[in-house]
Amino acid sequence: MLKAQSQSEMAYDKFQILTSTAIPLPLENVDTDQIIPARFLKATKREGFGDNLFRDWRYNGDDSLKQDFVLNNPTYSGKILVGGRNFGSGSSREHAAWAIYDYGFRCVVSSFFADIFKGNALNIGILPVQVSPEFLDKIFQAIEADPKAELVVDLPAQTISIAATGESESFAINGYKKHNMLNGFDDIDYLQAMKEEIKTFAEKSLY
Amino acid sequence: MSNSASTLFDKVWDAHVVRKIEDGPDVFLIDRHFIHEVTSPVAFLGLETRGISVLYPERTFATADHNTPTINQHLPVEDPLSANQLKALETNTAKYGISHWGLGDPKNGIVHVVGPENGITLPGMTIVCGDSHTSTHGAFGAIAFGIGTSEVEMVLSSQCIMQPKPKKMRITINGALGKGVTPKDVALFIISQITASGATGYFVEYAGEVFENMSMEGRMTVCNLSIEMGARGGMIAPDQTTFNYLEGRELAPKGEAWENALAYWKTLKTDEGATFDYELTYDASQIEPQITYGTNPGLGTGITQKIPTASAVKDGEASYKKSLNYMGFAENEEIIGKQVDYVFLGSCTNGRIEDFRAFASIVKGRKKADNITAWLVPGSHIVEAQIKEEGILDILTEAGFLLRQPGCSACLAMNDDKIPAGKYAVSTSNRNFEGRQGPGSRTLLASPLVAAAAAVTGVVTDPRELL
Ligand code: SF4
Repeated sequence: MLKAQSQSEMAYDKFQILTSTAIPLPLENVDTDQIIPARFLKATKREGFGDNLFRDWRYNGDDSLKQDFVLNNPTYSGKILVGGRNFGSGSSREHAAWAIYDYGFRCVVSSFFADIFKGNALNIGILPVQVSPEFLDKIFQAIEADPKAELVVDLPAQTISIAATGESESFAINGYKKHNMLNGFDDIDYLQAMKEEIKTFAEKSLY
Repeated sequence: MSNSASTLFDKVWDAHVVRKIEDGPDVFLIDRHFIHEVTSPVAFLGLETRGISVLYPERTFATADHNTPTINQHLPVEDPLSANQLKALETNTAKYGISHWGLGDPKNGIVHVVGPENGITLPGMTIVCGDSHTSTHGAFGAIAFGIGTSEVEMVLSSQCIMQPKPKKMRITINGALGKGVTPKDVALFIISQITASGATGYFVEYAGEVFENMSMEGRMTVCNLSIEMGARGGMIAPDQTTFNYLEGRELAPKGEAWENALAYWKTLKTDEGATFDYELTYDASQIEPQITYGTNPGLGTGITQKIPTASAVKDGEASYKKSLNYMGFAENEEIIGKQVDYVFLGSCTNGRIEDFRAFASIVKGRKKADNITAWLVPGSHIVEAQIKEEGILDILTEAGFLLRQPGCSACLAMNDDKIPAGKYAVSTSNRNFEGRQGPGSRTLLASPLVAAAAAVTGVVTDPRELL
């Protein structure tokens, strides 16, 4: 059934194996209002949201940097953001996922994701990796011990590992989404390819 | 359990699956799509980039609400970025032939208020919008939930989204609610019990006497807050209360179509013996007026209680401490008597006529406290008109309050209605996140009655003492 997809161009970068250092944010319930506050949702285009990622945690009222926030700490860098449980709760704003992507992250790791955020992330090419609370602790410890510690996120094998120790855990993703992520495809192409089937169904529906 | 017994949720969901993808989501047909100025522009841009169009423009409805000012709506919008988004909505809807209730239109208002009051929202429908509180429409026995902008583009272009079927939870509350206990308290109570992520992965059905005896406005408040416990949405089986509310609404079916619809709607309930993945039961007598003290909606408690210690809450200690620190509160403090600077009555949670009636029932014959700045924002022009008709405006004016014009306002503070840094607001909206109501703002979520009690006393007050 995946063959039915007509793919003219990729919607976002393909995701295969990502080896990167990571930025730790060991807080629970990081909500989308923190990821991108509402006052920055006034654009009519999708670019540039990374500048305001975690705006109020990153900057003081006078736009100076808050030195104690992890994104302002040069010790930490990387394409992987590691958050506490219930990451991405709150508003459905896809801008939160855009901001994370635009800042340069390609993967978010947590022990638990809010539903809408998880769906939005997958739709725009960020891989949400859900690990056990124990493995999440290990990741935080590894980064604390060595900020240059690398994580290896292997989408084909569906595993995430801590490079230094070799400790590893597998994660879940459905076959359809995995195929999309591996190839940089998105749902809109899939739906366009089955438009006639949808029309037949929609035209006999009650509403 | 008989094999044929199914839940309300299953009945509506299964009727909308166009295609099942093996090891993937369902291709899910959407009956009604609401859009607003903030989460739709990029979706329209996507259509253009791909060279595709809107498949069923008559199934999408647009209103301007998130960004709109709540005073002087007849004047041009000052903020150029907001004005630009409003303009984009107008241009995009005109281009594709989508109905648009812009600023100044008599039908304009908050998307989740205007949908039901105009009869667009009906039982058995699937409804989505790029706003997480789309769950509101579940009050009518619809499956309704918030989506991201990529999905807005999917619905515009194909009337479908790709959606894995959530698990099912039922929350049953029997008994009668006590004096001063409102639907908002019921919802805040549940969230405080199961936390802000307690229903993640689930779709909730609310059942039992408390919901059966609730008005449509109250049911909308409860379903609205489903998202604050992490659920994708919540729903309540349609009944005579639902049918009475809908009959005669402008876009609701009429004549023979109404009779046919009614016959179908009456089948929309969970069958005896149908099973859920998770069941929760409470008794109405457990619930007192609620208020939140932290920075997620799960951090709330009965108004007469103290702020819990870190060990008594289910959030991690670091997050909890950060939360109390932000609020300027400490463990074990009394909540009653706390300082309040602002009161916000409004939003898609509590911006309906019943909420203004409740607020007025307390402020009647009293005066606004001097230290309070109050923003009373109706959910729509229709609500605004009703407030005037019922004489509520006179009561508010006599007590020293002003009525603003409809919109989302301080719920997300995208317009000028921002609570200043460090100030405390008792708000009837739905989120107390850091900075939600303006950078540095501190929000205590509560019912319209608690908001009114704070507005006339100047501090957090148990509304039962004023009823
Ligand atoms: S009132 Fe608040 S929650 Fe409701 S639609 Fe507006 S912004 Fe969203």
